[in-house]
Amino acid sequence: MSTSTLISTEQAARRGNVSIGLGTLRALLARDLKVTRRNLGSLLLRAVMQPLAFTFGFAYVLPAIGDSFGGGHGQPGFSTVLVPGLVAITIAVQGITSVLMPMLIEMTYTKQIEDRALAPVPLWVIGLQKVISAAVQTLLAAAVVFPVVLLVHGAGARPEVHVHDWPLFLAVLVLSCLLAASFGLLLGTLFEITKVQNLVAVVITPMTVLGCVYFPWASLDALPWLQYATLLNPVMYVSEALRACLTPGVPHLPVWACLLALTGGTVLAGGFGLRQFGRRVTG
Amino acid sequence: MTRDSEDAAADAAIRTEALRKTYATPRGEVRAVDGLDLTVRRGEFFGLLGPNGAGKSTTMGMLTTRVRPTGGTARVAGFDACRSPLGVKRRIGVVTQANTMDRAVTIREGMEYRGRYFGLTARESRRRAAELLDQFRLGEVADAMDDHVSGGQSKRAMVARALIHRPEVLFLDEPTAAIDPQARNGLWELLRELNAGGQTILLTTHYLQEAQELCDRVAIIDHGTLLTCDTVAGITAAGGADTVLTLVFDGPAEPAVERARKLDGVRRAEARGAELRVYASDGEGLLGELITAGADHGLSVRNASTLPPSLETAFLNLTGREYRE
Repeated sequence: MSTSTLISTEQAARRGNVSIGLGTLRALLARDLKVTRRNLGSLLLRAVMQPLAFTFGFAYVLPAIGDSFGGGHGQPGFSTVLVPGLVAITIAVQGITSVLMPMLIEMTYTKQIEDRALAPVPLWVIGLQKVISAAVQTLLAAAVVFPVVLLVHGAGARPEVHVHDWPLFLAVLVLSCLLAASFGLLLGTLFEITKVQNLVAVVITPMTVLGCVYFPWASLDALPWLQYATLLNPVMYVSEALRACLTPGVPHLPVWACLLALTGGTVLAGGFGLRQFGRRVTG
Repeated sequence: MTRDSEDAAADAAIRTEALRKTYATPRGEVRAVDGLDLTVRRGEFFGLLGPNGAGKSTTMGMLTTRVRPTGGTARVAGFDACRSPLGVKRRIGVVTQANTMDRAVTIREGMEYRGRYFGLTARESRRRAAELLDQFRLGEVADAMDDHVSGGQSKRAMVARALIHRPEVLFLDEPTAAIDPQARNGLWELLRELNAGGQTILLTTHYLQEAQELCDRVAIIDHGTLLTCDTVAGITAAGGADTVLTLVFDGPAEPAVERARKLDGVRRAEARGAELRVYASDGEGLLGELITAGADHGLSVRNASTLPPSLETAFLNLTGREYRE
């Protein structure tokens, strides 16, 4: 056999691998989509309840009982600040848990990971597929939460929201969902299921409360140390990026900085998460 | 990713050389598998037998690409499990010990998706799933979720699912460990049929009877090393001990050992506390003589047993320890 034939056989084999691998990835995604469709009710209920309670409490109840959350003269109302923030928190919580919880259960209680790992693709493809599936679920959740936080408000507390740049808005949404899901993958490979309560207390709660969900990042200049610390919080970039898209009148980080952080964070968390995932699955 | 021509020539479905896996634990290094050499031929029903913790599941993990070996090589269907895991994964079907059925979809759907993971078209997958559901007598539970079927049905479904892409080698890790005897017999029957149809099967089990009933050849492993590998008849004959007699006296058995060794047909005799164990080529009449030997030293017998030639006596003979399932 000549060298050139050898090479072409190898290339053919590699091409074969890629096409079979893509087929497998498609089938894995199709399975997840079917399960998502079947459980759509509970997915949406989970996604909507927290933001709904929040927007109801802060944009409907408080203004009605005369609190000053309506915003001062010439200042954006709290309901306006909340819209991007609540979409951001939905993306963060939904994205992280959509990968994290099923993965921890698959690794312990159902041991289904042992079976998934036998699918004829490299292990990182299986991790990647989990991130993609979770990002799709998160997009769905964000799409449902958006009108809720937009429409639920008290008289006179209507949020001033307008999408100025649709392609940018969609890009920010997709990147944010991917970032949250990648973070979920990373956390899932770093924590054991018995430590999930710690994970919620130590990572998820501070990340969401201090994710510039209820106030713009710029307003933190009163607490410079916190303002700098928040630069490490991925949720903050989601909030601020959405603020840039939806409520450009509210102070926000520059769009380029947000996009850079969302992309960089996804690549870093995703890359490290996929590597850890492979290690955890093979003994 | 090329197939090994040596394996093809040797007709080997599985070949391991000096296969090793060590785990670092807080108490030091644990050698789960310690230099294992095995060859399983195409079409064979091969048993990996050993007590719990012998290293069977770790070996299975390395052969199925799930566990990375510390040393040595493992080749399955002509592919190196380390260097070409995809080549291996595409050609094997695996039934793990734990129930790994997909709880979010029905048994039929789970099988159809599995077919598509392995490159079958949706239509091929449907046809093949229907065929296997029928063969494994799962028709009536095909559209149920795994949580609503019996343990035996669930295990059959796992085997059926593992066969969807017509794997060259089928791996079964302790397939009957958690199911009732009736379901076990049903599964044995199906596995025999599969093997008769040419399916290469590697089965791990800690049940001596299971290995004896099903396997063409058996490898007995303990503490991660191979003790012996042969046909069941070969193993029981080669051990030399056709019968193992165990007597428990009311005092230390040591004084009776010398006498026992001199008796006709005795290959080996040893005492451990009050227990006298005798490996003999012919057990006929020996029990009475051993009781007398004890009585001559003032020992009376509390308990006595005679085991006919089996994998159990072979294990005793090889390790000096009783086989605990």
